[in-house]
Amino acid sequence: MGDISEFSLKVQLFLKAYRWRRIDPVPWTPLSKPLASCRVALVSSAGFVLPGQEPFDEKKRGGDPSFREIPSDTNVGSLADAHRSESFDHAAMLRDPNLAFPIDRLRELQESGRIGQVNRRHLSFMGSLTAIGRLVAETAPAAARLFAEDGVDVALLVPV
Amino acid sequence: MCNQTVCLIAAELERQGISTVAIQLLREVSLRVRPPRALFVPFRHGHPLGEPGQPEGQRALLEAALRMLEDPTLRSPALLDYSP
Repeated sequence: MGDISEFSLKVQLFLKAYRWRRIDPVPWTPLSKPLASCRVALVSSAGFVLPGQEPFDEKKRGGDPSFREIPSDTNVGSLADAHRSESFDHAAMLRDPNLAFPIDRLRELQESGRIGQVNRRHLSFMGSLTAIGRLVAETAPAAARLFAEDGVDVALLVPV
Repeated sequence: MCNQTVCLIAAELERQGISTVAIQLLREVSLRVRPPRALFVPFRHGHPLGEPGQPEGQRALLEAALRMLEDPTLRSPALLDYSP
């Protein structure tokens, strides 16, 4: 288990005072069909961007709530770590981006028939958001609409 | 903050009819934010699926996440521990 003590004292004090957003009511969508028939997508908050994509805005106060689309045929080695946080070890996911964006594992699950299909695109967010207003009001709903248009049944979400 | 961010995105996806599992690294954040389905993993920040270069471990963790989706006994919010 990750622990708050991994962080600097300054970050620990911030996290202890931070007013976390409580989801209420908690929505619940049960599976409507077997996983072997489901379309699955990934959401990573590792701040990955592809070459040529606009980087996340590191100077935006409260964090950049936008997201980048990552096509399903992406070679994970081409993902660039644009996460601004200094509060975690970046070396591991740079060495193995599947740690934070397990697209190779998802392809295996499709090949084995455990899931139906890997969606044609996935989403990358910059997770270190302290101001969540625009995420909740705009970009998360936009992400959900995009996946709904694709017919996504299941999303797996990976923080770092 | 990553933990809260993916929880809030998961909630929006569920509202739009998409089933989700959010991997989580900080129990105290998950208990406050309450994503629909959370799988607590015993790893450090920066290592949400374990150590690098260990695809077997990644497969096992994703299988645990998929089983959460298939478990008809779970109720919202479902917060489970993952043991490698």
